[in-house]
Amino acid sequence: MAYVMIFFPLVMAAIAAAVPSNRLRPWLLPVTAVVHFATTVFVLIRPDLMVTAKWLILDPPGRIVLLVVSTLFLFCSFYTVGYLQYRMERSNRVFCACLLGFLGIMSIVVWSHHLGLMWVAIEATTLCTAPLIYFNRTQHSIEATWKYLMVGSVGIALALLGTFFLAYASLQAGLESTLVFEDVLQDAALLSKPWLHAAFILLLVGYGTKMGLAPMHTWKPEVYGEVPGVVGAIFAGGVTSCAFLAIMRIYQICLAAGEYAYISRMLLFMGLFSMAVAGLFMVSQRDFKRMLAYSSIEHMGILVLGLGIGGPALFGTMLHIVTNGMTKGVLFLSAGNIHRAYGSKSTEIVCGAMRRLPLSGSLFLAGFLAITGSPPFGPFISEFAILNGAFSDGRFVTAGLFLLLLLVVFIGMGATVLKVVQGRAPKQVQNTPYRDGLLTAAPVVIFMGIVLLLGLYIPAPLSGMLNDAVRFLEGRP
Amino acid sequence: MTNLLNTILVTILVMNLFALGTSRILAVTRVVAAQGVLLGFIPLLVHKSLVMPVLLMAAAAISIKAILIPSIIVRALRDAQIKHEVKPLIGFLPSIILGAIATAFALLFAGQLPLAGNHYDTLLVPTAIATVLVGFIQLVTRYKAISQVIGYLILENGIFIFSMLLVEAMPLIVEMGVMLDLFVGIFVTCIIINHINQAFSSMDTRELVSLKE
Repeated sequence: MAYVMIFFPLVMAAIAAAVPSNRLRPWLLPVTAVVHFATTVFVLIRPDLMVTAKWLILDPPGRIVLLVVSTLFLFCSFYTVGYLQYRMERSNRVFCACLLGFLGIMSIVVWSHHLGLMWVAIEATTLCTAPLIYFNRTQHSIEATWKYLMVGSVGIALALLGTFFLAYASLQAGLESTLVFEDVLQDAALLSKPWLHAAFILLLVGYGTKMGLAPMHTWKPEVYGEVPGVVGAIFAGGVTSCAFLAIMRIYQICLAAGEYAYISRMLLFMGLFSMAVAGLFMVSQRDFKRMLAYSSIEHMGILVLGLGIGGPALFGTMLHIVTNGMTKGVLFLSAGNIHRAYGSKSTEIVCGAMRRLPLSGSLFLAGFLAITGSPPFGPFISEFAILNGAFSDGRFVTAGLFLLLLLVVFIGMGATVLKVVQGRAPKQVQNTPYRDGLLTAAPVVIFMGIVLLLGLYIPAPLSGMLNDAVRFLEGRP
Repeated sequence: MTNLLNTILVTILVMNLFALGTSRILAVTRVVAAQGVLLGFIPLLVHKSLVMPVLLMAAAAISIKAILIPSIIVRALRDAQIKHEVKPLIGFLPSIILGAIATAFALLFAGQLPLAGNHYDTLLVPTAIATVLVGFIQLVTRYKAISQVIGYLILENGIFIFSMLLVEAMPLIVEMGVMLDLFVGIFVTCIIINHINQAFSSMDTRELVSLKE
């Protein structure tokens, strides 16, 4: 089944590159996304299909990431059709091909159980998302693409070095050097400690760059500020989740090697530091798309913080991958709509979005309440579970800082969001052509519905998947 | 065999320092291309038997690192009509000295690391670390976008040298994937450089500051 998920989008990407019509081409996205999503659901209910080859296995954390990315892509693909109808003056050939290519390569990341192959795929996602940033062809978007490519490539190169160090850790211990995940995991306790430590640091820094953890986050505000909203959603919910999956792999190896104490400190530090940086820069942020970038940095921090706390917080961390991904869909897509209606992303011009765009404006506000952890939305449950885990583990300082930083972010982000949605829209934007349409508003409503549902009730199959992932990470059968 | 390998590795170290100390970007590109040729010989020397995958890897390394990528860079240089790096963040002589310090550090550091039995005789580990460090220095101290790309290429060369220690871990297909990623990465980057050049009439990354906080 892995081959269907990998090659179908890649073939469709090639078709998209060949289709001459600018109007028909975007419809290939929903077609591919529906097939991909159907395959995902089919595989998730048939455990016997989860092993395709020695290197291609869908393990429990992979299932969660796959479900998140496939769902996110499904609704974003319909939004993209609506979005591109407003951008008919520009060829969307590269845009569509790269989005479809991304879906295929993302499937390789999720399925791969060879750490070298996983690296190749993650680097490939960097490359095929770069043209998406450059879609608007402005000076700002060139600058953002350049920073993304340079910071991202160097980070990911360090991850490659870390991957090699990991292989050398087994060679130095007298084992056959291998990067097949199962083999490394099996012999984790025997690995050479100095090389394993070095590998962990390099991989955390490398894939952390891709996730956008501070202090390697510098590309993120630039990129999220310049990309179309839909690309932002795919970055913040999809690309980052894939990079987080890579970090979970090395986490699991270190856990099996009995190195929990060593890695936990680093993960806690990175997590809290990312949240602090995000909180600091979010205060008095006047660009509401850059604000979303800092929000993404914050939530990447929460994810690694959850890993660092470990044990009782892992369930919350797994759930947070899902809730963060879905809420980012709401925020970026509604922000994209607001941006289009106002033609600006500065809060000096953008105000009164509730009146100008009642639907997108209220969804943006609801998305803000959800992402900052207000009940009754999904992120409240996952953040609360992480906090609970920290307390039950006796980490009172960590839990206290976590709460404090959540509060700082809430206030900082709230100030900007309220400026956007409240008040009266200026005269000159009343008559811009954009109105909320079916294709650009319905996906946002659906994402919001999922976020609300996850806050009220977690369906039994999902909670089963989350528990499986926790057991898998901790190495329990 | 080991002597020849170490001679090649020392040559690579010297080339690193040369790349740091030259302002003519074309000359630096040539040095990096020559480094690519030498890199192509390493798999032939490290592996005892000349099997097909080893030959393929050597051929791929030479064709991508020594021919394809340098020719893309030379083309980008010609399109942009630039020859020299502007005055870098730290001067050329200080950056050679910094590179030498990094090389010495790498030699000392590799001496401290526990290596697998037969790896103590070769300079593979210290050369790999030194080359990564030199690439990083080149990347962060130069202003021209194309010089930064060359720095990234040197950094990747260092990682390639390290991968020579891991025959079983990196099957041919994965190794080829890494090479392909590198190639496409540089290709995309050079396209972006071309656009930077058109939009800003310069390849100087100091122009790219409008998105600062």
